Amino acid sequence: MLDGPILFRPAVERRPDITIRFEGRDIPACAGESLVTALLTAGLLTGRSEFDGTPRAGFCLMGVCQECTVWTSAGQRIRACMTEARPGLDLRTSAPFETFAS
Amino acid sequence: MSLPQLPPVIVGAGPAGLACAATLVEAGLRPILLDEARRPGGQGTRRLSPAMMPFAEQFLGRAYANKTATREALEDRLLTRCDWRPGTLAWGIFEDRLEVVQDGRHDSIRFDQLLVAVGATDRLMALPGWTLPGVFTLGGAQVALKQHSAFIGQRVVMAGSSPLLYLAAAQYARMGLRDLIVVDTSKSADKRRAAIGMVLSAPGTFAEGLLLLAELRRRGVRRIEGAELLRVNGTNRVEAIEIRHADGRVEALSCDAVALGHGLRPETQLAELAGAKLKFDPILRNWFPETDEDGRAGDRLWLAGDSAMTGGRIAAAESGRLAALSMLAARGMTVPADAAKLRRRVERLRVFQQRMASAFRWPSHLAAELPDETIVCRCERVHAGTIREAVRKQAGPVEVNRVKAITRCGMGRCQGRFCGQTLQELTASTSGMPVETVGRLRAQAPVRPIPIEAAMEGDGL
Ligand code: FES
Repeated sequence: MLDGPILFRPAVERRPDITIRFEGRDIPACAGESLVTALLTAGLLTGRSEFDGTPRAGFCLMGVCQECTVWTSAGQRIRACMTEARPGLDLRTSAPFETFAS
Repeated sequence: MSLPQLPPVIVGAGPAGLACAATLVEAGLRPILLDEARRPGGQGTRRLSPAMMPFAEQFLGRAYANKTATREALEDRLLTRCDWRPGTLAWGIFEDRLEVVQDGRHDSIRFDQLLVAVGATDRLMALPGWTLPGVFTLGGAQVALKQHSAFIGQRVVMAGSSPLLYLAAAQYARMGLRDLIVVDTSKSADKRRAAIGMVLSAPGTFAEGLLLLAELRRRGVRRIEGAELLRVNGTNRVEAIEIRHADGRVEALSCDAVALGHGLRPETQLAELAGAKLKFDPILRNWFPETDEDGRAGDRLWLAGDSAMTGGRIAAAESGRLAALSMLAARGMTVPADAAKLRRRVERLRVFQQRMASAFRWPSHLAAELPDETIVCRCERVHAGTIREAVRKQAGPVEVNRVKAITRCGMGRCQGRFCGQTLQELTASTSGMPVETVGRLRAQAPVRPIPIEAAMEGDGL
């Protein structure tokens, strides 16, 4: 459901060396690049609007709009544009536990 | 008040915060310097990602790349002499305490001298279709390259009313993007009128602008001037942006990404929580915090850089230095510096920005023309029609915070940063009141959503 168009085009050569998990799928990423790069170059969205279900893919790319918010499996809310990719990250588009939703 | 004892606290490690820190360090202090980002630099002078570093010369040009490398090395040395706290989000100020979250840990920093220098973000007018994936802010398009090492698309339109359109386009072109169109909605007559004043106040900056224009021409970037943006088209992503040319012709520019920007909007929330008063600037048609000529805004509060008044990178650094001198004076300390000269310089550069703002006008008139079904608040999905209806129903004086309470426009995660400007103009145009009388969205803590585990700690859970 999160497959979308490819939005980002790498400006320099990009050689993925790790994988991160996103909604249960393995996504290739470069260690240290931002999560938003990993998701948007892979043709994924960062989520959908909780109001009308329309796709979201980040907007400001600098931590202000919160439209790239994703969740770690531990229930931590993070911004994909402000967080670096590292091995072992397991992400989803909504809070893993109901009580943490906001 | 007794003399300040605690280390000065600086929020924001952009040009203003860094210059302030440098002056304080020179005087023998060790300021606490924090920034939400992991690395210093701020937005305009944001550092390149490691992947982009080998291309610094191509991206910045040889001369500027060298200068940048020297400056960044100095900054790195400076940071070792500060209490540098990267990755730290400042979300609230209560009395003499700054509330922060660093790597998920909550902290409360007591201060008796605080500099807020958190910069500015893109100022935007809502546009039908602007929530489609592939629409980004103009500042975001630059960050995409500098930090995310990526173009926002393959066929990119940069649109709006801002000199930064030309800088961003040049950066994309230098990195090899071919399919690039700049739609500058400002009018050439406005620019001609403003040109003389701009030359007089900052000839160097003006010349840089002309060089950029020449570069874009040389690189074959199509430039459309004086057009109006009508809507972004697409089903699941951006497919085109529809514009109306100055001669009335409507054209759909096929593209897969759009960058939008109508100038800059100061980040004033923290300053407001710290007690700064805001006043309306009729030329920039926006609200800015009140300070004295050195950036002092209260007993314990100083403001500098673009979050105090739009001025650009150099004005930001000089205003940071001025603030530091004023902070030192309040501690009964001094360093040798020509404050009067700094003041004149800051003033001149800010005047330049004012003149630039009358060349690249904020398109306030567009609010009245927005179709009712346009999404204004991206977070809460509030439409222009809903806002108009709420304004019309209000009895008594119309005020944007009441419109917010009724419609939820500005209540979402971004806290009105991207809808607030449209909301102000819509409220004004619908009620027929001048925009300065309908108010502005008030700041509330937390000024950014706090990572959940920190909020729980703060709640004592
Ligand atoms: S894209 Fe705006 S916060 Fe990440």
